Amino acid sequence: MRQAQEATCACHLMVLKMMRSDDRSAAPAFSWWIALSKAIRRETLIGWLFVLPALTMYAVFVLVPFLLSVRYSFYRWDGIGPMTWVGFKNYRTVLEVPNLLETIYNAFRLVAYFSFIPVTLGLVVASVMYRVATGSFGAAARTVLFLPQVIPLVAAGIIWGWLLALPGLINEILRAVGLGSVTRAWLGDFDWALPSVGLIGIWVLLGFCTVLLWTGMTKLDPALYESARIDGAGWFTEFIKITVPLLRHEIGVCLTVTVTAALAAFDIVYVATAGGPGNATAVPGIQIYILAFTQQRIGLASALAVMLMILVLVVILPIQRLSRETTL
Amino acid sequence: MRISRAELWAGRSLLFGLMAITILPFISIFMTALHPSGTVPRGLEWPDDPQWGNFVEAFKVAEMPALLASSTFIVLAVVPVALAISTMAGFAIGHLRIPGSRALLFLFVFGLTLPFTGIIVPLYYLERDMGIYNTRLAIVLPLIGLYMPFAVFWMRAHFVNMPAEISEAARVDGVSTWGLFWRIHLPLARAPISSLGILMSVWTWNQFLIALVLVEDPTQRTMAGALGAFQGHYATDIPLLCAGTVIIVLPTLVLFVLFQRQIIAALLQGSVKG
Repeated sequence: MRQAQEATCACHLMVLKMMRSDDRSAAPAFSWWIALSKAIRRETLIGWLFVLPALTMYAVFVLVPFLLSVRYSFYRWDGIGPMTWVGFKNYRTVLEVPNLLETIYNAFRLVAYFSFIPVTLGLVVASVMYRVATGSFGAAARTVLFLPQVIPLVAAGIIWGWLLALPGLINEILRAVGLGSVTRAWLGDFDWALPSVGLIGIWVLLGFCTVLLWTGMTKLDPALYESARIDGAGWFTEFIKITVPLLRHEIGVCLTVTVTAALAAFDIVYVATAGGPGNATAVPGIQIYILAFTQQRIGLASALAVMLMILVLVVILPIQRLSRETTL
Repeated sequence: MRISRAELWAGRSLLFGLMAITILPFISIFMTALHPSGTVPRGLEWPDDPQWGNFVEAFKVAEMPALLASSTFIVLAVVPVALAISTMAGFAIGHLRIPGSRALLFLFVFGLTLPFTGIIVPLYYLERDMGIYNTRLAIVLPLIGLYMPFAVFWMRAHFVNMPAEISEAARVDGVSTWGLFWRIHLPLARAPISSLGILMSVWTWNQFLIALVLVEDPTQRTMAGALGAFQGHYATDIPLLCAGTVIIVLPTLVLFVLFQRQIIAALLQGSVKG
């Protein structure tokens, strides 16, 4: 290793020296080229050695499984016996069986709760925070609102599983304000289970969106607001005309994170409802897990997995495009 | 900025309300955890006779010492390795700009949108074939791989903004590529590396799906994975389940309060760059 390093050192020096003396004659110019191309080749080799460990781990544990997912999706396989080629049949099954197609529909319903509400509400809360919460009160508010983001999603699922239970806190509050008639086991109710899971998502993601958007606001030029106020702009005009357009990038980030969290949801749903009651909160992540590990239908699970990956890509790419002036 | 009194109070009450909504769930499970084991208490009620022993009981049945050791081991195995290899790759792609950098970057970025659920099934069969299923390596190795798209992207974003002059000056002094990386660029990259380290530690500690699928023994899992198993066993004993949840969440909460500024900054930067 040491020798190789010294060799490269020598090589660089040689190139540098030759660069200084390249105006002398044709013969040194020729050997200058050889030395340079050697140095470049060596440089390239060393550069690739730098990338190699990361690339290997990524290839073995992400790219290979990804390609295997695509491969499995064209077979019928129980995980043990021989694999049978079935072409696109698994994909057709996902699109034709209502229970499977419903998982994709549920994922999009979750987007409304995980993404739309936290981002919209986050914008409002962040702009309120920016205006009224300075100093230590603001810092305390941000710390507290951020708490749900650092605990495991599984813990959020368990905590809210209890809060939303029949004897839980939510029903108790409802009874206290005279709404005793609407109390129920929220996560066990066919109509309310999905919105309840959505509520958990809002609790987890609202603080994250708020703090992120607030950070964006603090980077804006206060003079913009000053001049708007001189023109007599109120809070709402200021919000629509200045804050939202200038925070395009931060809003894009919030949308990307929250939409991915919704479409690829697993932890919260697994712990809070496991997809039930019936199929009411089944999302692709849960369905893939059930198909593969309890029903041993690897091909079908993989087809759903491939569709989920395409779905996330198709939804995220336009958001990224819109929120960035310059792509990669 | 001049703000009317009315707005000030309205705004602050809104924030207080939201803070209360955020905190209340934690208070509720804490109080529930103090009720006698096996009872079904009300949502928010201080017990007549607080059962502090529930925490001891949960500490024992959740095998907390083993869990803490396991989670710590997994974090310590994943994070340094992932940091080292992603920093090197980010340096080569972002700063050395080796031939093929663009293609490499594209390849890594492709992985950014891949949900874990999409590749978990083949990962299971792959690990069975490799013989690492149901060991801690079954969590450690895939996590390192799964973090690569983000980590390389993150480190590249740092190195791509480093002025080329720094390296040119060092080259004239005869510094090798490795020396350039180790002695010049690594010390300058301390800030993004530590943010990335915090991020990956939190993600690893909280990782659930990988642990659930690839390791059967809860004491070999991450904290979050063990919590899932705990819920499976004690779903009906609500006070004990709450006590277990409190204990498992506590280390994260304490760390967060201690390092809140760094963690918030890291998580936010992480999402902005991602």
